[in-house]
Amino acid sequence: MAVAEPLAMRTELSDTARLRAWSTTVDHKRIGLLYVGTSLIFLVIGGLEALLIRWQLWAPELRVLGPTQFNQLFTMHGTTMIFFVVMPMLLGFANYLVPLMIGARDMAFPRLNALSYWLYALGGALTHFSFFAGGAPDVGWFAYAPLTEYTFSRGHSTDYWILGLLVSGLGSLFTGINLLTTILALRAPGMNLARMPLFVWMMLVDAILLIFAIPPLTAAQLMLLLDRSLGAHFFDTQAGGSALLWQHLFWFFGHPEVYILALPAFGMISEIVPVFSRKVIFGYESVAAATVTIGVISMGVWAHHMFTVGMSDVLDAIFSGASFLIAVPTGIKMFNWIATLYGGRLRFESPLLFAVGFLAMFVMGGLTGIMLAAVPIDWQVSDSYFVVAHFHYVLFGGSLFAIMAGFFYWFPKASGRRLSERLGRWQFWIMLAGFNLTFGPMHVAGLLGMPRRIYTYSDDRGWTLWNQLATVGALVLGVAFVLFFWNLFVSWRRGAPAGDDPWDAWTLEWATHSPPAPYNFETIPPVHSRRPLWDLKHPQDPDWILPDRAQPEVIA
Amino acid sequence: MLLPRVEPKRSAHGWTSRVALVGWGVLLAGNVAAAAEDLSVFSPATRPASSIRDLFFLVLGIAGVILLIVEGLIFYCAYRFRQRRGEKSEPPQIYGSTPIEVAWTVAPLLTVFVLFLVVVRSVTEVRGESPPADSLRVIAIGHQWWWEFVYPDLGIRTANELYIPCREEGSTPTIALELQSADVIHSFWVPRLGGKTDHIPGRTNRMWFDAPERGAYHGQCAEYCGTQHANMKLLVVAESAEEFRLWHEQERREANHEAAVDAGRERFLALNCINCHTIRGTAAAGTVGPDLTHLMARRTLAAGACVNDHEHLTQWLADPDAIKPGSEMPNLHLSRQDVDLIVAYLSTLH
Ligand code: HEC
Ligand SMILES: [Cu+2]
Repeated sequence: MAVAEPLAMRTELSDTARLRAWSTTVDHKRIGLLYVGTSLIFLVIGGLEALLIRWQLWAPELRVLGPTQFNQLFTMHGTTMIFFVVMPMLLGFANYLVPLMIGARDMAFPRLNALSYWLYALGGALTHFSFFAGGAPDVGWFAYAPLTEYTFSRGHSTDYWILGLLVSGLGSLFTGINLLTTILALRAPGMNLARMPLFVWMMLVDAILLIFAIPPLTAAQLMLLLDRSLGAHFFDTQAGGSALLWQHLFWFFGHPEVYILALPAFGMISEIVPVFSRKVIFGYESVAAATVTIGVISMGVWAHHMFTVGMSDVLDAIFSGASFLIAVPTGIKMFNWIATLYGGRLRFESPLLFAVGFLAMFVMGGLTGIMLAAVPIDWQVSDSYFVVAHFHYVLFGGSLFAIMAGFFYWFPKASGRRLSERLGRWQFWIMLAGFNLTFGPMHVAGLLGMPRRIYTYSDDRGWTLWNQLATVGALVLGVAFVLFFWNLFVSWRRGAPAGDDPWDAWTLEWATHSPPAPYNFETIPPVHSRRPLWDLKHPQDPDWILPDRAQPEVIA
Repeated sequence: MLLPRVEPKRSAHGWTSRVALVGWGVLLAGNVAAAAEDLSVFSPATRPASSIRDLFFLVLGIAGVILLIVEGLIFYCAYRFRQRRGEKSEPPQIYGSTPIEVAWTVAPLLTVFVLFLVVVRSVTEVRGESPPADSLRVIAIGHQWWWEFVYPDLGIRTANELYIPCREEGSTPTIALELQSADVIHSFWVPRLGGKTDHIPGRTNRMWFDAPERGAYHGQCAEYCGTQHANMKLLVVAESAEEFRLWHEQERREANHEAAVDAGRERFLALNCINCHTIRGTAAAGTVGPDLTHLMARRTLAAGACVNDHEHLTQWLADPDAIKPGSEMPNLHLSRQDVDLIVAYLSTLH
């Protein structure tokens, strides 16, 4: 396999031509990179917001920020991180990788794909434009009605929030449709469903979740917009509207959303752990089945965000039970990953470091999730810092650590160069320490009665120490991110050339150049099993001569 | 929040109630001095709160064991199977094992099933039976950003500090709250008394708990409700039956009418304070802000934003934003003289 000239195209075009090429592109790889690049910009914004929040909470009664500024910052931090960082980042990875992994030329609908990206960019820009148009939204990222009604939220900040999410939500919906079609229709010859890489499996379920989850959100946003600008009363409690309707609609989106953010991360881990353990994934079928199960159950757990609204005992029990149940397939995956490590020959380069970091941190988030699903415990700690700790262990310790693993793993494919391994290690350890220092103490603060979203607290409540630890941790995290961005910046142009297959991996994306040509593959390797490149590299011991498990029946 | 160790300044109608009030004040002061601000879910003071704490420890125990096992396995694998120098060959490829996979599906299933049963039992234990008919009924209404408490059976209406009878030898009254909201969603959370329940506009939620020991219990609004969510604090004061009776008898009275502060009263009644505040016995009958009839019975101002003393009251009237920026109490740009007059008047409202 020839080593492609890294990023050869860069040097051939003038700046304007390059700008035009990027802004009008319908190539899934470029769109993927646009997604990832844009979400990195938002990551910086959301991160700085988090630092300001932590600065304000460093000590009791600080006045670094006023209440309104603080409320705007936590609203924007949550909204940005969920809708404009983690979700598009993962969709970016999916855009880049899914067609390559299934041996396709592009996504099924390349123009729709470009539209999705631009809707996302527009949505992000709209939401952030509010900063310059009279103030950012300050209603919290789940924006409970009736606080969002015009009576309580004057001005246009909430409208910007609604419009931004409406627009970017449509983008995500289209991406869902696009991914689903791509995966179902464009797989290379020989790659039946049971031979797809697990990342693709997870994106398949993810796409379906997107298609189910986004419409209720869109509907809710439209209803709120009608309330605010045309005097409708969906959520206007003073005119007989329902405050709980918003919660049901929002969480009917919001809970699958958590898995929309988690499944692609699970997918990355399911690719990276085997390659760096030098072992095939343990129990491919059960990982895929667990993914589907998670997808199904995730649509029936939304009201576990609402245990304090005064539902009946029966509803509380049902949603508690469903939430416990979803822990089972999640646990299965965890065990499968660990079993893959077991007996392997673990190559501890940055991707595996972050992946193992993911495993270790995500367990914490999962277990506090189980605690929160126990209704009476939730009555005590819901809306407290315990919950803040919990979902950061899931979304940061989980999704973001996986994304970091993904960056180190696939950066060479996209750039033709490797990220610095030395910086990667430093980043990992600093990030791990900073992460636990920031979010570990928040569990305690919550159990000591600290509610989330308060801009200040008095000194005799006993929360000071825990907040100070968290603030120090946030600074440490800041250092880790500086290293990361520096690494990206330097390595994109000057990293060591990677070659086409730097990790000695097994899925199709490594069978083409780094970076791949616009048409992706010159020839697609034959797909006889789940690991086409393993088969090529081990002709005497290919997957497909093994009985049953390794060579699934051809279904499609 | 500082709890005032000061003895509440009180005057009264006639010497009997004066003596009684002083006695009550001394008791209260002693009680307050002893209380630390404890919002920990680990120091429950009622049955529901203890039962939640027990459940917490149980589930924590189970989760803790799982955590240790899983983290242990991760670290064991990471250490044991790391690549050693010179190792080159690929390890044996193991594709899976049905018995093992079944085992680690069934074991978690059983675990969560047990957890589910435990939770169902605990839900019924904490919230199961309705409160007894002789419970003390209080309607708690959340406002942006303060609490209103109405005792329908006692005919009183107060703010921010919920007085209840405490547990005593041979009698443990039940306190039954009806939670409502005047504007947006709030959440009633006093960790030592139990879990939180939301105040949802257009609905009435109920929660109840058995009276705790004599003392003060802190909490605050737990559902984000706008600008001053952080300063929507709660204080629950549990007193002996006798103290509680004295308190509510005093609360039921109309406001003091002392001739010495006539000037202040007149300023108050002439200003638009009366559009928002009630002082029973005067023309002031507003309902936007807290009832001020017995303002001096409260330890704090503006839902725990500051101590209720002369200095803070003055500051509050001169510039509410200096104490609670964004609050719904407007800055009326009163002259220094007006402020002093009104503070003098309000200070007589015991
Ligand atoms: C627009 C309505 C409005 C007007 C006019 C108004 N207030 Fe208020 N006031 C409020 C509200 C609302 C609060 C509760 C603020 C909070 O805790 O966030 C409040 C709180 C107070 C408190 C503290 C009560 C407590 O229990 O903590 C005092 C004292 C008070 N006001 C006095 C006055 C006086 C004196 C005037 C006239 C000079 C006045 N208010 C005018 C709305 C008003
Ligand atoms: Cu509130």
